[in-house]
Amino acid sequence: MLTFNELKKNLKKDFTDFKKVKVAVLGDTATQFLVKALRGTGYEHMYNLEVWEADFNQIENQIFDEDSDLFKFNPDVVIIFYSSHKLLAKYNKLKPEDYSQLAVTQMELIKILHASLCSRLKSKKIIFYNYTEINDSVFGNYANKTEASFLFQQRKLNYELMSYSSINPDFHIVDLSSLQNQFGKSIFFQPSVYINTDMVLSIDIVPEIAAKTVDLILAMTGKFKKCLILDLDNTMWGGIIGDDGIENIQIGALGIGKAFTEFQYWIKKLQNRGVILAVCSKNTESVAKEPFEKHPDMILRLEDFAVFVANWENKPDNIRKVQSILNIGFDSMVFIDDNPFERNIVRENIPGIMVPELPEDPAEYLEYLYTLNLFETVTFSDQDAARTKQYQVDAERMSIQQSFTNENDFLKSLKMVSLVSHFNKFNTPRVAELSNRSNQFNLRTMRYSEMDIERFAGSEDFFTFAFTLEDKFGDNGLICVIILKKENTETLFIDTWFMSCRVLKRGMENFVTNTIANYAIDKGFRFLKGEYIPTEKNGMVKEHYSNLGFKDVDGFWMLDTLEYENRDCFITKKDQ
Amino acid sequence: MQRLDILKEVNDIFIDVLDDESIVLSEQTTAADVDGWDSLTHIQLIVAIEKKFKLRFTSKDIQSWKDVKEMIDCIVTK
Repeated sequence: MLTFNELKKNLKKDFTDFKKVKVAVLGDTATQFLVKALRGTGYEHMYNLEVWEADFNQIENQIFDEDSDLFKFNPDVVIIFYSSHKLLAKYNKLKPEDYSQLAVTQMELIKILHASLCSRLKSKKIIFYNYTEINDSVFGNYANKTEASFLFQQRKLNYELMSYSSINPDFHIVDLSSLQNQFGKSIFFQPSVYINTDMVLSIDIVPEIAAKTVDLILAMTGKFKKCLILDLDNTMWGGIIGDDGIENIQIGALGIGKAFTEFQYWIKKLQNRGVILAVCSKNTESVAKEPFEKHPDMILRLEDFAVFVANWENKPDNIRKVQSILNIGFDSMVFIDDNPFERNIVRENIPGIMVPELPEDPAEYLEYLYTLNLFETVTFSDQDAARTKQYQVDAERMSIQQSFTNENDFLKSLKMVSLVSHFNKFNTPRVAELSNRSNQFNLRTMRYSEMDIERFAGSEDFFTFAFTLEDKFGDNGLICVIILKKENTETLFIDTWFMSCRVLKRGMENFVTNTIANYAIDKGFRFLKGEYIPTEKNGMVKEHYSNLGFKDVDGFWMLDTLEYENRDCFITKKDQ
Repeated sequence: MQRLDILKEVNDIFIDVLDDESIVLSEQTTAADVDGWDSLTHIQLIVAIEKKFKLRFTSKDIQSWKDVKEMIDCIVTK
C-alpha cells in the first residue's frame, strides 16, 4: 500500500488517456486528504478520477439545492461521508428521551438525501461510508442491552444502511467500520489531529479508505476480478503430493491442515459467488487430481474447477492456456502460489494479472488475503453460481469441435436454440450484470444499472432484447443484449450490443442481426444504425458491423432493411 | 540527539512531504518562508515528524509553534 505522501506525488503525474470518472465527495468533516488520496489511487489503476469536493459540512445544502455546484458538476459517482464523530455530536445534543430515535432519524435523512440525488443526477451511483464504532462507555457493556446508548444506535444505523443498500442496487457502502476493526481505532483516528483540523481519518488510514473506495469505482466501471488460478502443493494443502503421497499431505486434522481446510472453504465460497476457479500446477496430472477425487478432507472437488492444468511446462504458458479457454482478460485474473519464484515469473510475463505476495506461513494466508479485497463486485445474481458449470461445458465443446473438419457440420451438430425476450423483471439483474462485466464484445460499452434497464423496458422509445443460447451440452443462459433506440420514424439506433465471449463463433451475430432486422421491418423502420466506440478492450468487434453487411456512413454503420436477406445460421428461435 | 541533527532530519522531512528539494530550514524559518507549508501540509509534517522521532505531540503543541526553533524545542523535550 502506498503512503499518503506517495499518493500525493502521483497527482503531479500525467493522467492523459486514463479512463475519466467524475467523482463528487461530500463530507461533514475535513476531506482534503481523502480527495487527494482518491485521485492518487486512481492513478495506480490508470483512472483519471476528476474529483469535486464540496465545502466543509455542506452535504445537505448541496443535495437539497437543485442549482448547487454538485449538480453543475454532474458526477458519475457521489461519495457521502457522514462521520461517527458528528453523529455522536448530534446524539449529545438530543434530549435523553430521544436518544433511541437517533438511528431512525438519521436513516430518514439519508433516504431523503438519496431520493433527492436520484431525482437530479443522470448517473445515480452513490457510495456511502458507514459509521465507525465509538464506544463512549457511558453504559459499559450494558450499552448492548440499552437501545438509548450511542453504541446501540450507531450499530443499528449500520445495519439499517445494509438493509437499505440491499434493496437499492446503486446505493453502495464502503465498510469503514470493518476497516477500523481491521486496523484498530488507535491507527484509524488521531485525536490531536481531529481537535486541530476536524479530520477524523488519520493520514495512515486515508490510503486504505481510498483503496477500498477506488475498488468499488473500478467494479462499477467494469473492472474486477473474475477468475482465481491456484497452485496446489503448499498452497491448497501442506506438502508435495508427488513426494509425500495422498496419506501425508496436510489437510483436515493432519499437521497444519486446518489452515488449508479454512483456505479451501474460502475458495469454495468464492466459487459459490461466481468466481471461476482454475488450477495451474507443476505436477503429473493424474497425481495432482488424486486428492480432489479421493481425499476425504478435501473441501474442493474437481467439479469446482472450470479448468485444471497440471503439467511440467512453465506457468505463464499454462496461464495463457487457461486464458484461451475462458476468454477473459488477464487483468481479471488472480494467481495464488506459495512459491516466490513462480509468482515473479508470472508477474513478469503476464501483464495485468494480480499476484498477491503470499505470507510464508500458511496460517497467515487467509488473514492476509482478506485485507486485499481482491473480489470487489457491484452485482450478484443466481447465474453467478452456475458459471463454473458453463465454463466446464465450454472446455468439453472445444474438444468435440476438434473432431469436426467442417465448421458448419460442427455448428449443426450442436442443435442450438435461442430464447429471445424483451427485458423483464426476471432477466433485469442479469442484463445489468452483463452490462457491467462485458468488455470485449461490446460495441459502445455503455454501462447500465438495474434502474436504467427498468427504464428502457418501460420506455416507448426503446426496444430491448435479451438472448439466451442453449445447445446439446447445456444452457449458456443469457448471453447477448440489444437495446434499440428510436432515432426517427425510419431509423433504429443500436444503442447497445454486447455478447458474452463464451459464445463466439457460433453464428450468434447472424441470428441477432436477423432478429433485429426483421423486428425493424415489422415495426416499419427502414434502417438500423450501428456505432463502434473503440476502447482498450473491444478491438475484436472493430469490423463487426462491416462483417454483417452494414455500410459505413459518416462514421456510423447503416443497414437498409429493404435490401436485407436473412443471414445463414444454425440457431433456431425457441418458443417462450 | 543534537539540535543540529534534529534540524537536518526535520529538513529532510520537509523536502519529502512538500516535494521540494530546495528547502533549507534554519531555526528562524516560519511557515510564511516556505512555499506549501500551510495548515494542511502542517498536519502531514507533524505526523511524519512523530513517526521519524517516535513521539506524539499534544494537540496544544501542534498549534503553538511560531517557527522551526519552537518545533525543535518541543521535539527535544519529548
